[in-house]
Amino acid sequence: MMSEKQQAMKKIHAIDFAIHELVLFADTHPESKKAMELMRKYKSAKKAAVKDYENKFGKYICKVSDVPLDTETFTWIDSPWPWETEE
Amino acid sequence: MWQYEKKLQYPVRVKNPNPKYAQIIISQYGGPDGELGASMRYLTQRYSMPYDDVKATLTDIGTEELAHMEMICALVYQLTKNLSKEEIVKSGFDKYFVDHTTGVYPIAASSLPWRAEYIAAKGDILADLHEDLAAEQKARVTYDNLIRLIDDPDVLDPLRFLREREIVHYQRFGEALRRTTDRLDSKNFYACNPSFDKNCGK
Repeated sequence: MMSEKQQAMKKIHAIDFAIHELVLFADTHPESKKAMELMRKYKSAKKAAVKDYENKFGKYICKVSDVPLDTETFTWIDSPWPWETEE
Repeated sequence: MWQYEKKLQYPVRVKNPNPKYAQIIISQYGGPDGELGASMRYLTQRYSMPYDDVKATLTDIGTEELAHMEMICALVYQLTKNLSKEEIVKSGFDKYFVDHTTGVYPIAASSLPWRAEYIAAKGDILADLHEDLAAEQKARVTYDNLIRLIDDPDVLDPLRFLREREIVHYQRFGEALRRTTDRLDSKNFYACNPSFDKNCGK
């Protein structure tokens, strides 16, 4: 079963995927107003999903630039890395 | 440049290690139609592309292929975790194990190591885009074959996702090809090479 935290994370990743898919579409349809409109929509949905995640579970970390730097140690290195399953 | 995102594009969570599956799935890492070759092919072909939409398509699909390579490697890694000596010998994984232990090394299912020949870069937009269309279809067939041979739903789920992506990429490359020929002489697409000849199509 997925935890509430994993569910919130999954939602963000699903939105990331939708944005990526729209980017590929817009690469070959650069004149598509609809694609740009949907990208704007998903970008604001992403903002909301990250905010929701952070309210419940603390900082959302994906890129190294997301990592807080006021901690005892550099937490970017922390497991699990993406190819690892949580044990 | 590239920046790492500490996540998989689509989750890979395998509960049951299975070195037999790992040995066939590894082809989508280091095989002729694998994700490593796909990524390097598109990211290499970019440099001789004359049109912005095609440069963008190759960059963005080539980048996504890196994420697919990571998913395939995650599958191989998880399928070869905590193996006993008996499991290694019985599954035939011993031949790989003796050279690479459980390190993830780019080879085809046939054990042929990855080759630079998989990076086709002809320097001609029509030849390169046709190569890419064929590559996506060949990768799709490889996923079809893997899906035929595998029963574990934890493994099938990410493989089905990756198979779908081949179809989407094929679609995008088809559009890139159409947009390319629209810019060329409709009576003779081959009159000049827009990847090389300065005034071709202008």
